[in-house]
Amino acid sequence: MLKLARLSRLSLSDAEITQYQKELSEIFGYFDRLASVDVKELEPTYQVSKLVNVMREDIPKPQVANPDTLLEQLPKRDGRYIKVGRMI
Amino acid sequence: MALSNIKSHSTAWPSIEDIVSSVRKGEITASDNVTKALDIIAKLNPTYQAVLLTLDERAKKRALEIDKKIKAGEDVGRLAGVPFIAKDNMLVFGGETTAASNMLKGFVAPYQATAVDRLEAEGAICVAKANLDAFAHGASTENSDFCVTKNPYDVERVAGGSSGGSAACVALGFVPFALGTDTGGSIRQPASFCGVVGHKPTYGLVSRSGVVAMASSTDVIGALTTSLKDNALVLDVISGRDELDGTTIERDSIPYTQLDTQLKGLKVGIVSEYFGEGVQVEVGSTVLSAIEGLRAGGAEVEHVSLPSLLHGLAVYYIVVPAELSSNLSRHDGQRYPYSTPNTDSLEQSYTQSRSQGFGAEAKRRIIIGTHVLSSGYYDAYYKKAQTVRTKIVQEFEAAFEKFDVLVGPVSPTPAFKIGENADPIAMYLQDVLSVSASLAGIPALSVPCGYVDGLPVGLQIMSRFGADRLVLSVGQHVEGLVA
Repeated sequence: MLKLARLSRLSLSDAEITQYQKELSEIFGYFDRLASVDVKELEPTYQVSKLVNVMREDIPKPQVANPDTLLEQLPKRDGRYIKVGRMI
Repeated sequence: MALSNIKSHSTAWPSIEDIVSSVRKGEITASDNVTKALDIIAKLNPTYQAVLLTLDERAKKRALEIDKKIKAGEDVGRLAGVPFIAKDNMLVFGGETTAASNMLKGFVAPYQATAVDRLEAEGAICVAKANLDAFAHGASTENSDFCVTKNPYDVERVAGGSSGGSAACVALGFVPFALGTDTGGSIRQPASFCGVVGHKPTYGLVSRSGVVAMASSTDVIGALTTSLKDNALVLDVISGRDELDGTTIERDSIPYTQLDTQLKGLKVGIVSEYFGEGVQVEVGSTVLSAIEGLRAGGAEVEHVSLPSLLHGLAVYYIVVPAELSSNLSRHDGQRYPYSTPNTDSLEQSYTQSRSQGFGAEAKRRIIIGTHVLSSGYYDAYYKKAQTVRTKIVQEFEAAFEKFDVLVGPVSPTPAFKIGENADPIAMYLQDVLSVSASLAGIPALSVPCGYVDGLPVGLQIMSRFGADRLVLSVGQHVEGLVA
């Protein structure tokens, strides 16, 4: 649970860890039914529309959301840079 | 609220076509319609909490612009002066877009959802944003970080979810139509609970651009309305290829408003697996009565078994959390409003912002998703689930070679009481009848077909990929039967 929390960048309280452990164990128990489903020779379906490589010309077009509008929403910025805490 | 009361509320508005006609003739103005909608919202929303915020200023401004154009003799579109409400996971100008989550409180959309743009281009006016389960995770709006939407038929019961706000808005007569999203039943189930029409279009038929993503391979945008005719008209306006969404497909060349499928000879398949254990007996019998009506009208009705549909829920709750865990990784405290102040490092900023901003259900699903995608578990869970998904897709395809439509209930029960399904698995089981259509991307409709203990029940009608017009036509026949 702690490893999963770390991977998802979530910090869980002890109470949350206990609660989620219990719930997830029940949920994953429910998933066990899939183990017995025979899927020999079938490929996974990742998307249902069967579209492949939908392309468009690489030509910039004016968009409603211009960079300045997006910058205005940032929690912390420095000019046109997103400002973040130290990483190391 | 008494049944008769509700029925009069949901007839607060004429058909969309009639509204447009009066606006174009100058009998009523767009501004009148906006005022009417806002007044009804002000009167009823405190009790039902279907709406999170109203977009008064922008709606009134747009109404004035439209009224001015009409006075000048200009054509303003097929939805001239029609007010609507959008689920708050759709980007709309004029107010916040929160997805009912603290994580996005204060976020102002820099662009609009394509579906909203297309409606506005035809003269429709968005007057408010509807409540939902936060990030669309849920079946009741109980997971909204802000409020629970009450069922219009009984305030102690839920309106359904995750588009509970949208469904309630239409049932209460706030507006003639509302936009919702459906990832595993989130338009159909609240439609069933609130006694309105809810259509989940074929995957890719409506652009997902500008809609907060939940599961990218099943998310669909659709309308909640009081009639099939209105639902078809909205679909006709919002559907079709969008350059901004590479997963969009070509729409029908024939308008979706042309609902001309005959009942005579129509092959209807009753899905046996949708009437089993867990489905309330009265719900099953109410739905079967409506199906009998189709038979009486000339349809050929038979039972059909699709055994892999019994695995749909397990597949869904593996695939969807996996996809949403990826989609929600963008909420990291660096780009969108919620960000924990005064953290010591980037890592801490990520972790604390996410832990504080997300609600319990979002975290639960992110953890499930992270687990099923993680090394060592990926094959057993995610890959296996996506392969069982292929079985579901193929079983539907085989069934549609024999049948035109497949039918069954939308939800195992009518609207449940607030707090009744507090256990996560109990809540997930609500979706058991609706997830498979989402996994296959096929069109699925919920049309009101009766009541159980005074609470509405919807009939689910599904058809092959792309057959939206057929589904809506059959829905219209059911509507005629139950009227």
